[in-house]
Amino acid sequence: MSGPRPGRHRDKVRASVAEALEGLHDGARVMVGGFGLCGNPEALIRGVVERGVRDLVLISNNAGNLGKGLNLWLQAGIVRKVICTYIGTNEALHEQMAAGRVEVEIVPQGTFVERIRAAGAGIAAFYTPTGAGTVVAEGKEIREFDGRPHLLERALGADFALVRARRADPFGNLRFWRTARNFSPLMCMAARTTLVEADELVPLGTFDPDDVHLPGIFVHRIVEVREHEDPFEYRVVRPRPEGR
Amino acid sequence: MPWSREQMAERAAREIPPGSIVNLGIGLPTLVADCIPPDADIWLHTENGILGMGPFPYEGEEDPQIINAGKQTVTIVRGGSTFDSALSFAMIRGGHVDVTILGAMQVSAAGDLANWAIPGGKVMGIGGAMDLASGSGFILAMTTHVTREGEPKLVAECTYPLTARRCVHRVLTDLGLFACGPEGFRLLELAPGVSLDEVRRKTGAPVLEGRP
Repeated sequence: MSGPRPGRHRDKVRASVAEALEGLHDGARVMVGGFGLCGNPEALIRGVVERGVRDLVLISNNAGNLGKGLNLWLQAGIVRKVICTYIGTNEALHEQMAAGRVEVEIVPQGTFVERIRAAGAGIAAFYTPTGAGTVVAEGKEIREFDGRPHLLERALGADFALVRARRADPFGNLRFWRTARNFSPLMCMAARTTLVEADELVPLGTFDPDDVHLPGIFVHRIVEVREHEDPFEYRVVRPRPEGR
Repeated sequence: MPWSREQMAERAAREIPPGSIVNLGIGLPTLVADCIPPDADIWLHTENGILGMGPFPYEGEEDPQIINAGKQTVTIVRGGSTFDSALSFAMIRGGHVDVTILGAMQVSAAGDLANWAIPGGKVMGIGGAMDLASGSGFILAMTTHVTREGEPKLVAECTYPLTARRCVHRVLTDLGLFACGPEGFRLLELAPGVSLDEVRRKTGAPVLEGRP
């Protein structure tokens, strides 16, 4: 029997995006956090294009929108397949799909995130009622529980996860901001190598143990990036009433 | 006069029991948020990770990282919480959301819902619709009664790709409020000035009157 694998939980902080992306290879399965453009690791997304890799399998809720975020990967032609839940007004993806340049697998969102969670939690597959009696059920094992049909859904893992966090400490304990959290903690669990783009790197011990959103066991590399565009997808406001 | 979009939103809001957890789908259902009485103790859930979603922000207070499922900027009410997508869909799939209001392209009398793709048209994607449709305690579908071309959206059997089977409890259109059932759509309320004849003419399945 061989000994334990080399420890990965030291020296996680990288000086640059390029260093953080080391080893990300052609054909890699890459998860990217974000609900639309909200919570995207903007610098890592740009860095992957600059790195010059191709034939990527992208696992992300939307694959960008409005020419921003993961639309950069589609425009650069470096994606072979997208596994996502919603396309909507993502014209870049509609075009690539229509041209047959990108294969698209659409997954119900709850099933999408649970498949990712399962991969991170060591669960090979699970039964869910979502999608029973629809095209999502095609080719899947169907089993009845409590009189309701359920689909067998397989875990969804990846080679790399690229996520954004509000704050990270050097061990990779993370805190997220509001709805920028979305899929990111689950993706960190499901990938062999997890890369975090943190708005702010804070010293070890900054977080109270009870306040850590994601423990550093799921994080392998951290790069601090202070500047972000944080684009609005749909900026909707209401007029302020008099005197407020 | 059929109900306007705003009047539909107001009518939909009256279907929500006080003290409920409510998820509002993208599109027409989004308007319902503005019609919920502040003293009803109704908590809005949004699939991307807020329980206690508040109204649109005042100008200058918008945060691109506080959004709803339609990716519009929103706020979080006092006592609200944020969480990841797995927990959010545990709330949905686990039956913890009391009321879901969803847009619809077609609804069948038996309660089948189609709201994510038109055959031969652009595929918009499934998003959270299938999970919401299969996990929520009560589903109100909200849509105009007919398509832009005048085709009925309330039908005997859906011809568009399904979101979920036997999931819709009630349908609110610009013409009225209906309960789904195996024999047809049971009329619960007509919009003012709309006749039962008009409703029947514009519905692709039997429309029933009175209590079952």
